[in-house]
Amino acid sequence: MNQIPVIISRLSESFLINCRLFVLTLVFSLPLGLLIAFGSMCRFKPLRWLVRTFVWIIRGTPLMLQLIIIFYGPGLLGMSMTWPNGDAGRFTAATVAFVINYACYLSEIYRGGIESIPKGQYEAGQVLGMTKGQIFFKVTLLQVVKRILPPVGNEVITLVKDTSLARIIANKEIIMMAGEYSSKGLIWPLFATGVYFLIFIGVLTVLFDYLEKKLSYFHA
Amino acid sequence: MSVLEVKDLGKRFDTLQVLHGISFSLEKGEAIAIIGSSGSGKTTLLRCLNFLEKPDKGTIIVNNNVIFDAMDAATQKESEVRKKRLHFGLVFQNFNLFPQYTVLKNVTLAAEMLAKERPDYKQNKKAILEGIQENGKRLLSQVGLSDKLDYYPHQISGGQQQRVAIARALALEPDILCFDEPTSALDPELTGEVLKVIRNLAERNTTMIIVTHEMNFARDVADRIIFMDEGVIVEQGKPQEVFDNPKEERTKQFLARYTEGK
Repeated sequence: MNQIPVIISRLSESFLINCRLFVLTLVFSLPLGLLIAFGSMCRFKPLRWLVRTFVWIIRGTPLMLQLIIIFYGPGLLGMSMTWPNGDAGRFTAATVAFVINYACYLSEIYRGGIESIPKGQYEAGQVLGMTKGQIFFKVTLLQVVKRILPPVGNEVITLVKDTSLARIIANKEIIMMAGEYSSKGLIWPLFATGVYFLIFIGVLTVLFDYLEKKLSYFHA
Repeated sequence: MSVLEVKDLGKRFDTLQVLHGISFSLEKGEAIAIIGSSGSGKTTLLRCLNFLEKPDKGTIIVNNNVIFDAMDAATQKESEVRKKRLHFGLVFQNFNLFPQYTVLKNVTLAAEMLAKERPDYKQNKKAILEGIQENGKRLLSQVGLSDKLDYYPHQISGGQQQRVAIARALALEPDILCFDEPTSALDPELTGEVLKVIRNLAERNTTMIIVTHEMNFARDVADRIIFMDEGVIVEQGKPQEVFDNPKEERTKQFLARYTEGK
């Protein structure tokens, strides 16, 4: 019985890996997704085609497979030392794979949001002598944010749970940690991991509700 | 001297020729109403003047400066188009107010952006911004909305929204104010308040081009009527001439259909 506090503390410690991966993925994929969205809407056809093909490949294959390819791929191609040794390398590879994967999904949400803004909003900005940048940042951006908040919230919540896929390249995150106990015949730590995810996602849900309320002062 | 001279303006969408060589001029202080059935090219003409569409041929001359010449690429530079637009103001059929800004901010936003380009902006920032605010409030009181400054667009009626849009267009002091069917998206009982504001502008000798289906309003307010059909100007003249003594058969038919309904 006295091993319970030990197990809890080891689970908590490993959940920090999930949290770190979550934060880093968001920090990089949220802006990168916008860049990809612009690429997929670009008027220059070859670039648009290239970006959309890339998005198709990333959305068309399992994230688990992408993790494996990104971690082992460079080595198999003869590029040694792409990733640092040990845990740091596995975590960096996982972060890269997650960022690319989530940026592609987010880019499609952004694109949908941007394209849903009525043309009249752009035209109103244009006839008032605004630059393209001013129109984007001062006129459309907040309207886009308001519209995409619910689907982005979905994506963010999915990300929390997806972080445990990083175990496929031996990142010792919470499910992997709990799995080591269950393979020794102790099953409850695995069940307990659910509580961590539930609490984390509960907080996120409250946060997104708050943001939606914050933007409810206008209709778009 | 004409404020605006349009010469032989043409515009084609794919295979559809929307404007066939439109030419007209506009004097300072003059109000022109453009009438005609849907699809006659009225809106496209306004959009060309505001650089929302690029004409395939013709020239646009404002205050004796050629601001657009289809044959001269130098007049079509993207960087300069933005400045040239400021000769014109445009009031849209659907208002197109910015939903996330208050009524006052809708009116002042563009002026605030433009002010940043002034060389003395840094030194006089506070005074400049205050001036823009004051001007915004003055314009909103002119359109009768002094009590709605802090409202958001969705909190006011369509007629009020369109009046804000008019104030917004006036804020940049355009040489020529264009209206694209300003009352077509409004309930009948709300058109009056918008027409009143435009009438008021006409009395102040604002130079305007008004595309409208409100024939009585056009007759009252406009100094000149242009009747368009299938991308050409069929007839133009003083309101009494065009409405009471149309010369062209197509004008007669068009007006007959309007009066029949009344």
